[in-house]
Amino acid sequence: MANPSSTLASGLGRLKAKDTRPIWMEKPKPAVQVSKAIALVIICFLALYPLLAVLATSLSSQSEIANNNGLVLFPKEPTFAAYQTIFAGGVVTDALIRSLLITTVGTALSVVVTVAMAYGLTRRDLVGGRFFLMTALFTMLFSPGIIPSFLMVKELGLLDSYAALVLPTLMSAFNLVVVRSFFMNLPQELFEAAKIDGAGDFRILVQMVLPLSRGVLAVVGLFYAVGYWNAFFNAMLYLNDDKWPLSMILRQYVLLGQPMGDSAVAEIAVPSQAIQMAVVVISLIPIVIVFPFLQRYFTKGVLTGAIKG
Amino acid sequence: MSSNSQTLTPQAGTDVGIPAPVAEGRRRGRPPADAGQGRKKSLMARIRRDKVMLLLIAPGFLYFVVFHYVPLAGNIIAFLDYKPYLGFVDSVWVGLENFAAMFQDGAFWEALRNTLVITGLQLALFFPVPICLALLLNSIVSNRIRKFVQSVVYLPHFIGWVIIVAVFSEVLGATGAVPHLLESLGLPRFDAMTTPGFFPFLVTIQSIWKDAGWGTIIFLAALMNVDQELYEAAAVDGANARHRLWHITLPGIMPVIILLLILNLGSILSVGFEQIVLQRDNVGPGAGEVLDTYVYFHGIQDGQWGPAAAVGLVKGIVGLVLVLSANKLAHLFGQEGVYSNGKSK
Repeated sequence: MANPSSTLASGLGRLKAKDTRPIWMEKPKPAVQVSKAIALVIICFLALYPLLAVLATSLSSQSEIANNNGLVLFPKEPTFAAYQTIFAGGVVTDALIRSLLITTVGTALSVVVTVAMAYGLTRRDLVGGRFFLMTALFTMLFSPGIIPSFLMVKELGLLDSYAALVLPTLMSAFNLVVVRSFFMNLPQELFEAAKIDGAGDFRILVQMVLPLSRGVLAVVGLFYAVGYWNAFFNAMLYLNDDKWPLSMILRQYVLLGQPMGDSAVAEIAVPSQAIQMAVVVISLIPIVIVFPFLQRYFTKGVLTGAIKG
Repeated sequence: MSSNSQTLTPQAGTDVGIPAPVAEGRRRGRPPADAGQGRKKSLMARIRRDKVMLLLIAPGFLYFVVFHYVPLAGNIIAFLDYKPYLGFVDSVWVGLENFAAMFQDGAFWEALRNTLVITGLQLALFFPVPICLALLLNSIVSNRIRKFVQSVVYLPHFIGWVIIVAVFSEVLGATGAVPHLLESLGLPRFDAMTTPGFFPFLVTIQSIWKDAGWGTIIFLAALMNVDQELYEAAAVDGANARHRLWHITLPGIMPVIILLLILNLGSILSVGFEQIVLQRDNVGPGAGEVLDTYVYFHGIQDGQWGPAAAVGLVKGIVGLVLVLSANKLAHLFGQEGVYSNGKSK
């Protein structure tokens, strides 16, 4: 890794050209080929089976689940009853809407703050630039601890507010470094030219840097969004149950098996297994929808450059 | 998003662009001869020039101060008999009493032991998996199949712990598929989710399922950096696939393996907090309590603020020392280390 930029580029070149076997490589023995194929199938099965089992169970009737001892892979009579119950309104629907809102607003705020700081830190002789950068980087080395963080949120009066889910995790130094190193590798001549033409720093950021950075913004945005979507601990610490996001609903009603909703509300007291799994599926859907659009950036190696120099 | 695929790859070694001071001097049509003068401008002039940049940095800087550095100072409650209604100022200063109490608390030692057992097991069982997986992926000739498998194994990384624990209970739990399978094979029933002795293995299996695929990214990058001509030369000299793996591939990625191993050793006191806190009560604190959950349950739940904060502080300091020495060690091995990234050059 002595000269990462050139080696990475050559690595990428290899990726593209790799579809054909190099001349020097002998054709592997059939036994090797077959065992490799089997290994790959098993790996994919292990990665996907639990998710498929959850999906299948959510589409099964209670009797079918019981008959199959919990192991349903292909429901004979798929039913959307569980989803109908959930979307009839009530706890899960509300939590889903809350989660979507928190994730959207949180991700937008995080990306804006990260991009702004990362861009500011690209100026080399900035007054205090090194100090600001170090301030951010050192947070990767330590965590202030659960108790002081909790007390900080409490002192700021954020208890039982949605801000408590967003502000404490607003930015990660890792994402900051990813965005900053991307900005610094953009062709700087372009921005110099714009400056000579009289464009200010902010205008260069909005009109030139950002349009060139959609890939890295998508990746960092995904990291933040996944973080907000999956986070449950801050909700557990800071929020009362009328503000719970979907992840907390999942913990309470699926993991702990507590009755869903007030007894006064027309909802099943103890959620059936199908309903529990339907909640899991609903919380998986956004991830599974977004992931295919972004995974190509990972297989392409957007991050490897920034993970370490 | 497809038009700029060339620029989507931030190359490492962040500082390869045009040196900004030189570029700065050129703005507003000043002659390039002025270039070297950038640094000698007066402080006020530089602040005025960079006021937009400083304004852009301000919100992020404020965030790090308020949510990372101020709470860091809040660790002072480890030295207090902290009472929420008294606050920081009026709580009684007890010196090192909380730390003394910590060392006499059996639950603390139990949590420390559990933490080390789990991280040790993860080091032994988890760590080799991404390496083997990366070697396997790297050996796939077909581009399409490799990309597909990569996508499949990356996916679980983005699934949150609540979902993963729910999914695992569905498959491994008392009513799940695996116990029934065992039973139908005539084996004893075994509930993997609630057996205390199995807990470290359960946690490790879950971690492997979630992150082993994601962990291949760094090894795949390292594998691509191995000089291809070496393979060709070796093949010409008659080395077979196993020879090449042993004498070229493994030595080629060994620096990255050592670096990651060292860094893993540095974080030996940290286990995934969310993962454990969700499952601790399934097996009880005897097997499921780790240092972070100890702090949470004793401090925030039971209100023993001072003693729990003391445990958190000791863990934080020892962890910091471990990470820093691991990084130092990595430097000694000739690696760049993770935290040198972007600092200076």
